[in-house]
Amino acid sequence: MKTCVPGEEPGAEHEAGPSAHAPGPSARTPGPSAHAPAAGPGYGTAPENGAGETRPRQEDAPARSRRGRTRGRGPRPFGLRTRLVFAFLLVAAVGCGTTAALTYRAARSAILEQTQNTAVSAFRQQVEDLNISLPLDEGSLRDRLLHIARQGKPRPWRVYAEYGTLRVSSTDRPTSSVLTPELRARVHARETTPHTGFQRVVTNGTPYLTIAVPAVFLTQVGGEPQPTGLVLYAVMELREDEANIEALVTAARDGALPALAIALIPALIAARGVLRPVRELRHAAASMGRGRLDTRIHAKGSDELADLARTFNESAAELERSVTELRRAEARARRFASDVSHELRTPLAGMLAVTEVLDEDAGSLDSDTARAVRLISAETVKLAVLVEDLMEISRFDARAAELHTDEVDVADCVRKTLSGRHWTDPEQVHAVLGEGIRARLDPRRFDVVVANLVGNALRHGRAPVTVRVHADGGSTLVVQVSDRGPGIHPDVLPHVFERFYKADPARARSAGSGLGLAITEENVRLHGGTVEAGNHPAGGAVFTVRIPL
Amino acid sequence: MPRVLLIEDDPSVREGVELGLRRRGHEVRTAATGEAGLAALGEFRPDLLLLDLMLPGMNGVQVCRRVREDSQLPIIMLTARGDDFDVVVGLEAGADDYIVKPARTEVIEARIRAVLRRIEEPGGSRPAVEHHGALSVDRAGLTVAKNGERLALAPSELKLLLHLTAAPEQVFSRQQLLEHVWEHNYHGDARLVDACVRRLRAKIEDTPGDPRYIQTLRGFGYRFGPL
Repeated sequence: MKTCVPGEEPGAEHEAGPSAHAPGPSARTPGPSAHAPAAGPGYGTAPENGAGETRPRQEDAPARSRRGRTRGRGPRPFGLRTRLVFAFLLVAAVGCGTTAALTYRAARSAILEQTQNTAVSAFRQQVEDLNISLPLDEGSLRDRLLHIARQGKPRPWRVYAEYGTLRVSSTDRPTSSVLTPELRARVHARETTPHTGFQRVVTNGTPYLTIAVPAVFLTQVGGEPQPTGLVLYAVMELREDEANIEALVTAARDGALPALAIALIPALIAARGVLRPVRELRHAAASMGRGRLDTRIHAKGSDELADLARTFNESAAELERSVTELRRAEARARRFASDVSHELRTPLAGMLAVTEVLDEDAGSLDSDTARAVRLISAETVKLAVLVEDLMEISRFDARAAELHTDEVDVADCVRKTLSGRHWTDPEQVHAVLGEGIRARLDPRRFDVVVANLVGNALRHGRAPVTVRVHADGGSTLVVQVSDRGPGIHPDVLPHVFERFYKADPARARSAGSGLGLAITEENVRLHGGTVEAGNHPAGGAVFTVRIPL
Repeated sequence: MPRVLLIEDDPSVREGVELGLRRRGHEVRTAATGEAGLAALGEFRPDLLLLDLMLPGMNGVQVCRRVREDSQLPIIMLTARGDDFDVVVGLEAGADDYIVKPARTEVIEARIRAVLRRIEEPGGSRPAVEHHGALSVDRAGLTVAKNGERLALAPSELKLLLHLTAAPEQVFSRQQLLEHVWEHNYHGDARLVDACVRRLRAKIEDTPGDPRYIQTLRGFGYRFGPL
């Protein structure tokens, strides 16, 4: 029945400072059973994969949970991806829009101009070919106009003639509302040099081209043409041209939508190109934060993100190197402490075996020699306890301390601890034990915990010491050791579990090794529990151990 | 007074322990190596072997195995290191108990006495020979036979079996067994019990993997039977 529970991180080691209520005795059981394992699982901190680049392990379980957590954060409404997509779409839309607008304008003017030029020159030709004789005869003029009206180029036109107050047209109505005063003014203003005028007009949503050509007669060859006062107007609908232009706009719009849709693709690709390295970097940083210093990013390409990844890798390698070095140094220091204790044990074994011989014979020696001999004997015993405690502590530090659990009756266990140390006088140690609590404990370690706390209370507090055992909510075993002493000074409280901590440096060495409470704490931690020191409001120190059941 | 053979390579430990035990009236012979110790066995005929685990050349575990090949001499291991593995291997090899160095002579002697002590008779009018299935246990002659064939049991194995068969079907926790059979204090090393049970099963059970005589009750301990 061997259960190995690696110890937790030992508390920070402090220099021995001033204080006294701290280190208790190791409260060793008087037998070889007071002995703990040394060999155990190795020092499990070395990175498994020291060298070589590894991708951030997306395959392993922590990575999966990491991904899960990322998903848990949800898509960000204004994340990099969204922003990039919007930017791309905006650029594409502006591009399409501008192109369409420019194209539309250019095409429109080209179409209209062409129509206009054709119409104007055709109409002028018609007017020039008009052979009129003055005075004007309304009937023949109308015939002429009808003739011209049939020649409409490039589209059909309606023709009107104005002469003084005479109004003749090729249609039913003598004049057209489309003809504007400006156009009339333009023709008449140039009476000296008769000139063609034209204008585009939109009436009731229909676009028209209106052309005005004054009829002239040539007096003689090479002479100035003289206006006759007769002006001919042509009105041409441009609806068909407008329809062509409309078609252009529709085409431009229909082309822009797929362009925008296509712009999404590079946007997403670009976002991916940025986001993937960023995500890898975040995962890697998180992985480093969890202590996986061998985490590296797969850096490819030569862009800024790749540079960042390489810098990350270099920093990680540097960090890993220095941490490894620190760990090695720490391991060396621990190993040294452990080796020293080991080396001390063998000579101590010989010395300890003969202390009784010294004690027995001291009576027959002269007084100085007897005192010296007794001193050696007594100190040898203490030294053995100290070395034993050092060994125990170094096993905790090396995480080689093993838990050999057994299911025990806790009240029974505590009773045996008290009776084993002859703490049977209720005036000295009073036990209030909840019966019937069964727990999986390492009996030897639990014995050390209880004995150290009671021994500490007896040494530094005042009797009667009370030991209380109960189960808290059925899930936690609570052992409380309280005394009637002066309590622990608040300055000292945070340090009572430190190794070799002395509240008062001037104070003489106590009977304990100075490691008793530190060992207690380690033993409780090994059980997955906690131990706390405090003061009772009514006075006296209280140590509370909680171990999960 | 018991005769003790001490095999220990470190001179100061050897001398110290020898001195301490001799003062308490034991007859002690020492040997610095396993080979020398084995050679001294036949001639010195000790009542008990104190055996250091870490020996140059032939180590303590090997010595232990060699001794167990033809003898049920009580063996107590001395371990200098808090080495779990060595303790377990030593116990599997047939040692009856172990002591962690450094230890006071008082402690060593108490352990020697405990291992050598004959199990106390519960008294009453028990028959000299009890039969449990194929096993016959002779409490007076301190022998155990299976199907009439005598079994060679080490002292701790015999004591454990006698203790369990004295109250068949009663469950004993390992801590109780440590107290009564090994005379350890209550908080002793339960691996002593487990290792001894394994060795005992290997000798008395038909199929040690599916024990019939010595049964385990998870979370509580061991009991003899029911058959």
